[in-house]
Amino acid sequence: MAEKKTLRQKSFHQAKWDEPIISEMSMPGERGHLVPETEEEIVTAVGDGISALPDHMRREERIDLPEISETRVLRHYLRLSQQNLGADLNVDIGQGTCTMKYSPKINEQFATSGDLTELHPLQDESTVQGVLQIMYELDLYLREISGLDRFSLQPGGGSQAILGMVSIIEAYHRARGDGAKRDEIITTIFSHPSNPAAAALKGYRIITLYPDADGYPDLDALKEAVSERTAGLLITNPEDTGIFNPRIEEFTQVVHDAGGLCGYDQANANGILGITRAKEAGFDLSFFNLHKTFSSPHGCGGPGAGALGVRKDLARFLPVPLVSFDGEQYYLDTDAPDSIGKLRGFYGVIPALVRSYAWVRALGGEGLNEAARIAVLNNNYLLGRIREIPGASVPYAPGEHRVEQVRYSWEDLTRDTGVTVEDIQRRMCDFGFHHWTSHHPWIVAEPFTIEPTESYSVAEMDEYLAALEWVAREAYENPERVKGAPHNSVVHRTDHAPLDDPARWAVTWRAHQRKTGAHKGD
Amino acid sequence: MAKLGLIVNPIAGLGGRVGLKGTDGRDIVQRALQLGARPLAPSRAIEALQCLRPRADQVEILTYPGDMGERQARACGFSPTLVGTIEGRATGASDTRRAAAEILGRGADLLLFAGGDGTARCILESVGDQMVVLGIPAGVKMHSAVYAPHPVRAGELAAQYLFSGARRVREVEVMDIDEQAFRRGRMRAVLYGYLVTPCDARYLQVSKAGSAENEEAAHESIAAEVVENRMKDDGTYLVGPGTTTRALLRKLGVEGTLLGVDVVRGGEMVGRDLSEEELLGQMGDPSGLIVAPLGGQGFLLGRGNQQLSPSVIRRVGRDAIIVVATHRKLHALQGRPLLVDTGDRDVDWMLSGYMTVITGYRDRVVYPVAF
Repeated sequence: MAEKKTLRQKSFHQAKWDEPIISEMSMPGERGHLVPETEEEIVTAVGDGISALPDHMRREERIDLPEISETRVLRHYLRLSQQNLGADLNVDIGQGTCTMKYSPKINEQFATSGDLTELHPLQDESTVQGVLQIMYELDLYLREISGLDRFSLQPGGGSQAILGMVSIIEAYHRARGDGAKRDEIITTIFSHPSNPAAAALKGYRIITLYPDADGYPDLDALKEAVSERTAGLLITNPEDTGIFNPRIEEFTQVVHDAGGLCGYDQANANGILGITRAKEAGFDLSFFNLHKTFSSPHGCGGPGAGALGVRKDLARFLPVPLVSFDGEQYYLDTDAPDSIGKLRGFYGVIPALVRSYAWVRALGGEGLNEAARIAVLNNNYLLGRIREIPGASVPYAPGEHRVEQVRYSWEDLTRDTGVTVEDIQRRMCDFGFHHWTSHHPWIVAEPFTIEPTESYSVAEMDEYLAALEWVAREAYENPERVKGAPHNSVVHRTDHAPLDDPARWAVTWRAHQRKTGAHKGD
Repeated sequence: MAKLGLIVNPIAGLGGRVGLKGTDGRDIVQRALQLGARPLAPSRAIEALQCLRPRADQVEILTYPGDMGERQARACGFSPTLVGTIEGRATGASDTRRAAAEILGRGADLLLFAGGDGTARCILESVGDQMVVLGIPAGVKMHSAVYAPHPVRAGELAAQYLFSGARRVREVEVMDIDEQAFRRGRMRAVLYGYLVTPCDARYLQVSKAGSAENEEAAHESIAAEVVENRMKDDGTYLVGPGTTTRALLRKLGVEGTLLGVDVVRGGEMVGRDLSEEELLGQMGDPSGLIVAPLGGQGFLLGRGNQQLSPSVIRRVGRDAIIVVATHRKLHALQGRPLLVDTGDRDVDWMLSGYMTVITGYRDRVVYPVAF
């Protein structure tokens, strides 16, 4: 094992605090701020600020938040933050399919500025022309990027946008009198599970296609699957394998010939901006995840935003309201009798929309195209390096390049050494890197997906590769070290079994109290 | 203190590398040894047991003397409890059966065995579904679905099952090929039954999508779809072997034979565990054949359900075949097609191409079938 070690490999150790839950830190009577009592003259003039609350909004019981000083709150959350390994802390290319690109911090200034955060969705349109303009122009940019004719920015994320697509497909067929007959939606096994889930939620029967031997969606299987009952096709391209389907137009043709509509899951469009579009591929509907390709951060499973786009004759079905422009004023267009209704309250996740808008403006058309090209170049650089790692393999389409990500397999390494992708994930933590067991469907054994995006240089990718190659070699030479990982992290091993047993988990303090009898301050 | 049963079949795998197609029978063993074969199972058992070393003080190993487990357990630092004796000098199938029965009798939480389909069969004969069993892959023939993919994985799965809170299990096929027939060029596979085996909790981990798999729920879902939406109330249906079809019959309110082909009509059982001849005689004008792939190799027809002969299949017709399988079963194929080997090439041709596979309620797959 006399390979060159980098400084990181010698000295990384995750911070480890033994922090309780904040409710357990509660000290009776402890306060962050003592709010001054309202002075008599003010009470006389305008009231005490509380008595005017309507009865139905008044609490009957005391609020039971933790009683804790500001310094302890600050210390507590800072310590917890030190135990994270996130996009800002490592070369985050190990979380493939999620497009973990850099979210420019300047965009946080826009998203958190008081000019934006102090707006209210119900205030008069004439007072929010700026944010409406941002939304309208973002719609225009997305039209150009996709070739489609109209976007709604209302969805709170990709899955909600998919629900939007399926709802529009349903509304379209219903308007033509075909609704009852067309009760089947076709998708693929590599599509995000939200695709069949949204369709099932709307009452559709689901037909799932498996890939052919080369990893492409199977066109012959599609031809078998379509019929006069086909409402639509939901498909992604490239799929999570990173393989672009060059026959995608034939797919949409087959479905159109059968009378169905085609919905493009472009949650991840990072490798195709300015290169290929939904329109030319024959799609009627599409969506983008603004918290992936368009740089808004993923947060903690959100807040994200989905942008749902359609061809012009489907625009009447889009969620209401749409943001429109009459030549002088931006306004919320609520005249939409055929709309599918609302996917969520109000108009969209505004901070995410503002960040995406700023990102697009900063790059321009040329910049977006360059971002895609660099993402593809970076990805193929990694492909060339990773496939040389003993034990790693690249299922499907042998010898072919990939677009923006690759689904790899550690199957050979596991067969040779017994070390699994989970073991490798845990050992990579020891080097301060995230490596994901990416992921469902489990037709690729021991899967991992690396997606560099355009945000990293060769030197940074080489850092990640150095650790990955090290761990893979260690699997062969010293498997116990890998299997016993992590050695330098916050916890050693966690037992996942309790996740299966509701008696042993709680996602809120209240549920924890109910299930265990715990009290604040324990 | 967890109780772990251990049975090592010292001769399993002997026939493989020297091309003898299996290791059933003393004369085959002799020939294999003459050809220079070395036993595979003992070292694989040790590989698996190493994973349990860190917990050696929390597990009691119940096993048989010498090469049937005692030697391997001691080599890994355990002090095993011997539960019986070996008859004669060389070990045989009867020793495996007795060992399994003893281990069951001692209330083992899990039985780990190193061997192949022959060993799995012996264990099945002794314990049925009364004990949780996991195979360390070490045989020549491994058509059963009871093995971990790798000896180390077997050890880890055993540790996971014994020491983590959730003990999820599922039923898996025990299948075996008739070795004599195979050596004469004929493939004849039999479905012997089902063993209960631990679920790999890795497939239960949280993914982007979130929810965990549940075999029972998947079977229920498939049963609901077929019974509600694809069976005519007064139709005659042939129902093939397996746990998926068993759930379907239960939904109809009847108990079928797990290993045989049954016939239902109007929701009533009209024929149980029928042979080819009986099927041809009794099925009349069938509305359909409900069949599931069996074993670890993805065979839809021709392994474990040969009663569904070419003649039976021709009479039913391709369009009336209803294939049922969970998504998990299809995933395990790792992209390979479902296979048919009916013994009649024309029928195999007729069956090949794409078939609809019912994978759940209002949920299906279009999947390739090949030979």
